[in-house]
Amino acid sequence: MPSPLLSPSFFEKIIKRVKGFNFAVPLRIIRRMLPYIFIFPFFGYITLTWIGPVAITIILSFTKTQWTITRMYFSGLDNYFRIFSRDIFVFGALKVTALYVSSVLVINAFFSLLLAILVTYFVKDERIASAIRLVWLIPRITPAVIYALLWRWFIDPQIGLLNKILGLFSLPTPNDWLLTTPYSRILMIVVNGYVGASFGMIIYSAAITSIPRDLFYAASIDGASDLKVIRHIIVPLLKWPIFFVTVWQTLSLLSSYEQILALWAGGAGVARAAGVEVWALYAYSKAFYSAEYGYGAALSVFLVIIGLVFIVIFFKVFGFERMMQPSKVEV
Amino acid sequence: MDKSIDYKSKIRRARICRWITIILVYSILLIPLTPILLMVTWLVAQSISKGPTMGVIPNGFTLENFKFLWAPIQFGLSRYPSIWPLVMNSLILAFGTTAFEIPVAALAGYVLSRMEFKGRMATMKLIVALHAFPGVILLIALFYILNRMGLYGKGLLTLVGVALIKAGLGVPMDTWILKGFFDGIPWDLEWAAMVDGSSRFQAWRKVLLPIAAPGISAVALFSFMGGWGEFLIAYTYIKRKEFYPISVFLYSVIGEFVYVDWGLLAAVALFYMIPVLVFYALAQKTLLKLQLVGAVKG
Repeated sequence: MPSPLLSPSFFEKIIKRVKGFNFAVPLRIIRRMLPYIFIFPFFGYITLTWIGPVAITIILSFTKTQWTITRMYFSGLDNYFRIFSRDIFVFGALKVTALYVSSVLVINAFFSLLLAILVTYFVKDERIASAIRLVWLIPRITPAVIYALLWRWFIDPQIGLLNKILGLFSLPTPNDWLLTTPYSRILMIVVNGYVGASFGMIIYSAAITSIPRDLFYAASIDGASDLKVIRHIIVPLLKWPIFFVTVWQTLSLLSSYEQILALWAGGAGVARAAGVEVWALYAYSKAFYSAEYGYGAALSVFLVIIGLVFIVIFFKVFGFERMMQPSKVEV
Repeated sequence: MDKSIDYKSKIRRARICRWITIILVYSILLIPLTPILLMVTWLVAQSISKGPTMGVIPNGFTLENFKFLWAPIQFGLSRYPSIWPLVMNSLILAFGTTAFEIPVAALAGYVLSRMEFKGRMATMKLIVALHAFPGVILLIALFYILNRMGLYGKGLLTLVGVALIKAGLGVPMDTWILKGFFDGIPWDLEWAAMVDGSSRFQAWRKVLLPIAAPGISAVALFSFMGGWGEFLIAYTYIKRKEFYPISVFLYSVIGEFVYVDWGLLAAVALFYMIPVLVFYALAQKTLLKLQLVGAVKG
């Protein structure tokens, strides 16, 4: 009695039954086609949600599309002329974006490096270290709306705790954190800084963990202080991860606006009045609050181009291997 | 004698130095976390207090705030007959995202891990490129596609459309993670099954799938949480109140009124957070690991 696993397969049964026809050829073709059949849904989906939209964004940017997005009127380069000459908000958005990206980047790429070094090198108990890493993950894991709600409470002048804490150190306690300009921008940076810090922290932590212990032992036998170990061993070895996180975060900060939109709730004007309307949010609000889809698309085209350029940089500078393993350390 | 005193003082100095380092390390790691911890504590405290709490200590104990689970919700002027349709919408979004995303990603991940074909390397490069490319800036063009597909302003269908788009934006990353999972399973196992006479499909179903199942379900859980927490796409495309998921509902409440019933708001928010918290508690290790591949995009 042969085991069922040894029985001839379905196709072979057919071949035996239908004589006089060589099934080997079509079977071989099917087998060769199989990978393409399996990967086809993936490519279909990618075309629908990535490649198509990139093309549509570019096409829309050359049209004057308003109110109804499906009705396009080609207007040549008009949207671009408007961006460079007539739109008075463009410069403001540019300034806010520059401030936003550079400041949050300091938190996301460099403060997170400090956090990672402290939590990996100084905290000896692995359970405590991963507990701290997990708490740092809270802002990222919390749904954007809840995170915004929590901040709304925290900055509330009546019942929130922020002003009370600041009052203890006799620091300024603005009544309206959301709409008073320097404070609203500080808030924007801090709120987004918390969300991004854990990304760098985890990549750096993995990189530091993968540094061979011998280097640390050798250094400590030679009498190197902790500071020297950090300066001369950890940071130089983390060159690539630091670079990776910096470039990656720059790109994702340039295009992120969800947290700002969630916290400065209430329509188009609020974020602009508060001085926190970054470029990506400006494009979004032009399209979805003013229904100027063509113009919004033209504003987005700049971000699409920046994104494509960054990807080229990624492949040229890092190469495929390094992109797949950002926290690999080469000793 | 002299020498031993010198020795002792040196030890004492080293010990003080170590303590200072430890205090410094923990204060840099933990002081920035105080706002976050205060906020989370407040959310719990506020949801069970009678009036607005000034701090993190509940202001009188009541379960009144959780009445929304069976009674109509009243925020200022807007009134919702029940929370459950909103929960249903969020669930549709979460399940829809998972259902659209995982089969496509699992198939593609399997092919990339196990089969040789023309353009395999190019596909992998494309996936990594797409992973780096920020999808949120494509919302305008995706809105065009949603309209062209006839899914805009159609109520339930729009909800499905939002899930479709959300899933599509997650497909490259999930394919990548699942390819990694399949790579981790030795090819020999399938090979052995095929030598024993089972077809490739049988080998896949009986040998590979059971081993890969935990990995696939972890990724599925991630995309489920992504759909559950989704705000931006739903907020942009869903305009009818009956089809709001909880996130958009909460946002509309936060934005619309000056006076807010903090107790009710905190209770609804906590209710909305429960699946996230459970997931967070269960999947800690996977969370830190998947973060490395950028499972939660930053």
